[in-house]
Amino acid sequence: MKLLSFLTRRGSAPVARERLQIVLAHERALNGSSGDLVRILQEEILAVVARHVKIERDMVQIKLDRGDSISTLEIDIHMPGEVVSVI
Amino acid sequence: MAKVLVVTSGKGGVGKTTSTAALGAALAQGGQTVVVVDFDVGLRNLDLVMGAERRVVFDLVNVIQGDAKLAQALIRDKRVDTLSLLPASQTRDKDALTPEGVARVIAELREKFDWVICDSPAGIERGATLAMRHADLAVVVTNPEVSSVRDSDRIIGLLDSKTERAERGERMEKHLLLTRYDTGRANRGEMLKTEDVLEILSIPLLGIIPESQEVLRASNIGSPVTLSSPDSAPGRAYFDAARRLRGEVVPVAAPDEKRGLVQRLFGRRVA
Ligand SMILES: Nc1ncnc2c1ncn2[C@@H]1O[C@H](COP(=O)(O)OP(=O)(O)OP(=O)(O)O)[C@@H](O)[C@H]1O
Ligand SMILES: [Mg+2]
Repeated sequence: MKLLSFLTRRGSAPVARERLQIVLAHERALNGSSGDLVRILQEEILAVVARHVKIERDMVQIKLDRGDSISTLEIDIHMPGEVVSVI
Repeated sequence: MAKVLVVTSGKGGVGKTTSTAALGAALAQGGQTVVVVDFDVGLRNLDLVMGAERRVVFDLVNVIQGDAKLAQALIRDKRVDTLSLLPASQTRDKDALTPEGVARVIAELREKFDWVICDSPAGIERGATLAMRHADLAVVVTNPEVSSVRDSDRIIGLLDSKTERAERGERMEKHLLLTRYDTGRANRGEMLKTEDVLEILSIPLLGIIPESQEVLRASNIGSPVTLSSPDSAPGRAYFDAARRLRGEVVPVAAPDEKRGLVQRLFGRRVA
């Protein structure tokens, strides 16, 4: 562990650079444009689900991991128990 | 019972965000449930220091304005599962934080966590006063330098007058965290010494965090220093400070003088 952390110790600046590039690219893309994609997705997903099931806002959980070329969006929808059996 | 802690300073750039992340992580590493809350609306940085910047979906302002539930905005740390982050928003609207909204969010956080740690923005304006408003105790982050000490004195005045506790006539617990401390320079009389700062501000000392490259490295890689370098001098100093916050009596060790000498001899090139 110690040796490994010693060897990897040298360059933390490149990591910082890469993290900044990713987060700034996303922030700049949002600036000016009114639509925050995640917000829109959440609203639309809520609307679709609500058409079939009675659902509360906080039953949709969105997790995001922004990447360089690919970002992943994880969407958890908590359905009331009896609904699942109906469908 | 939950404790709400504000990390504040008046002066900018003294180490509030660094200390929020490190103390929050240290408490969580010790098994406490902790949320760190970024109050620096418009200039959020705690997400970067915690390494969660890619995962921000909703923020404090979204929760206050009802666009998201608290549970949707909280980001669970991937390394320590008792640690969470509530990010600030990047909005330029200064009135995005309402006193009622902040009160509601803090009350809700109190139910979920042992510690609610609020990272205050610099200054003495709205953002800073809202961050301290509901605190049970405060960590006043100070650098051993005249303007920082003066600003800390003003913040102590606000803590004793503008907080809910103060208005109820209760005592506000305040702790001094001396950061970016350079023993060599203090000994050479180039920097205020710990005793000087303590005498002037007269609040108890929570810890002395030495100036260290480990802090820069930690922020580069997006990790609280207590996680990335727990055995480093600043890492150990933050762990000790966290234990003191929990009421343990831990003697304050002045940052090692020999280390100061070594740094003086070999650290020149870096400086
Ligand atoms: N002990 C330390 N040793 C070396 N550098 C440090 C130390 N503490 C903080 N710093 C550096 O000082 C700078 C400011 O720190 P930080 O962002 O934590 O301050 P802040 O008080 O939150 O600032 P602001 O008022 O802008 O919110 C950062 O670059 C940080 O890495
Ligand atoms: Mg800060």
